[in-house]
Amino acid sequence: MSIDIETARKVAHLARIKVEEDRLPALAHEFNDILGFIEQLNEVDVEGVEPMTSVTPMRLKRRVDEVTDGNQQEKVLKNAPDAREGFFAVPKVVE
Amino acid sequence: MAELNKLTIAEARDGLRKGDVTSVELTEACLAEIDAAGVLNAFVHKTPEIALEQAKAADARLKGGEEAPAMCGIPLGIKDLFCTKGVASQAASAILDGFKPEYESTITQNLWDAGAVMLGKLNMDEFAMGSSNETSTYGDVVNPWRRGNETTPLTPGGSSGGSASAVAADLCLAATGTDTGGSIRQPAAFTGITGIKPTYGRCSRWGVVAFASSLDQAGPMTKSVRDAAIMLEAMCSHDVKDSTSVDLPVPNFEAMLTGDIKGKVIGIPKEYHMEGIPAEIEALWAEGTAMLKDAGAEIRDISLPHTKYALPAYYVIAPAEASSNLARYDGVRYGHRAKLGKGDGITEMYEKTRAEGFGDEVQRRVMIGTYVLSAGFYDAYYNRARRVRSLIKRDFETVFADGIDAILTPATPSSAFGLGEMADEDPVKMYLNDVFTVTVNLAGLPGISVPAGLDAQGLPRGLQLIGRPWEEGDLLNFAHVLEDRAGFVAKPGKWW
Repeated sequence: MSIDIETARKVAHLARIKVEEDRLPALAHEFNDILGFIEQLNEVDVEGVEPMTSVTPMRLKRRVDEVTDGNQQEKVLKNAPDAREGFFAVPKVVE
Repeated sequence: MAELNKLTIAEARDGLRKGDVTSVELTEACLAEIDAAGVLNAFVHKTPEIALEQAKAADARLKGGEEAPAMCGIPLGIKDLFCTKGVASQAASAILDGFKPEYESTITQNLWDAGAVMLGKLNMDEFAMGSSNETSTYGDVVNPWRRGNETTPLTPGGSSGGSASAVAADLCLAATGTDTGGSIRQPAAFTGITGIKPTYGRCSRWGVVAFASSLDQAGPMTKSVRDAAIMLEAMCSHDVKDSTSVDLPVPNFEAMLTGDIKGKVIGIPKEYHMEGIPAEIEALWAEGTAMLKDAGAEIRDISLPHTKYALPAYYVIAPAEASSNLARYDGVRYGHRAKLGKGDGITEMYEKTRAEGFGDEVQRRVMIGTYVLSAGFYDAYYNRARRVRSLIKRDFETVFADGIDAILTPATPSSAFGLGEMADEDPVKMYLNDVFTVTVNLAGLPGISVPAGLDAQGLPRGLQLIGRPWEEGDLLNFAHVLEDRAGFVAKPGKWW
């Protein structure tokens, strides 16, 4: 599998990271180095092997479905780059 | 007591309990050393006011009626990956510039509850992604060790490079670290200290900035195996806020350091004899094997056939999880937001914020993760890697079922290298640093790096012991025997 400049551009957009046009060829090259390394996995016979979902055989604990936390609006907003009137503020989303 | 900053946790604990020294004295000694060691760039946010307040409280508690916990009054450095209430916690990333959490990580809370003292936050690779502490927004960390009389600055390893450098240079008595593919054990080996990554689930991940959630574990970085046992016990707990935290009692690890390993079986995996590994590393490994044999252990050759595929599997799974975990850094709720141009909408805000806030290595891994999880490739890359991970874990289960108690390997494929030396190499070359450690994270096992000698250039080298799941106590005991036999006492000459 080889990544071309178009694929690199698409991946950058999917990851929501702005990459300048002149950086794309180098990025595609780095991806290919890493993916070339990863391709070794194709040598392994994984027939009938389950993909790992949990490294320790444990059941996730259940808890009562109830509110345990809350009323911390000020703390939640404290680190926001732009908070107004009790909300996170972002550029206009809906036209 | 002379040179208080050089004490081990165990020595300081005993001194504090006897009243030979106070926590305030220990803390002031460390704070002075930190101020004089700016060139190492290990401490990036100092918290002297908090430290002295905690130290005074610890001294009061030590004078009280009840016996104080072992960590009471011990000054520590905390890796920047841990959220500490009201204190900058930014995972060495520009995207978390100015972030001061409104909450405390479970591990650091456990340490403060035990009376420990926070000296400040420690440098690291950005989001714990790196093996040389060169990806940090705070700049490189410098290893206190040098090659002979050379002045070339060396890496302390990564990602817990600040923790390693600070402990090796005696700026603190011990530090917290985290380990996703080797980030405690590799820097410990590069700086001549001890570092243990416990079994996945032993330490709560709550409040520790996430990199790859199925692999991340925190652990102590210390000056001795005994200290690792003491501090690990204080860090561990069952935590309902981390659904993967194990509900098992935490043993008194220190009490398990009996020094008796007679009849125990140590496995030597043939696949770790890798091409290109320096003869010096092979020789060290053979010496370590002989030490354990001399102490009464049985040495057995074993095979872990899927070892070769651990790093490639890791470089699918870890970036995949990172791309998901790091999606939260979007310039909305905390940290950096890019200045927007006229007409920029929310997508441009995300894209510019993340381009400005993430460094090159983090961007690279987030994008690799995005790619391997994208439609059409999920099965070929991500699911295949998870299948290989199952096989890697099965390799270990097989040898443990065959009676192996612990496995001895080198910790790293080299000694510390020069800062900048790998800058022109392709990224995969740097990834090879974790070749001996990453299997342990994929299998969720405990692993410890113990300093075992100096190389021809006078740099420390480490050996790794890998234990059975949840048996950190036995693992620490093996490490204790190795430490005792290796007799590593060297310290870096003070040049800073």
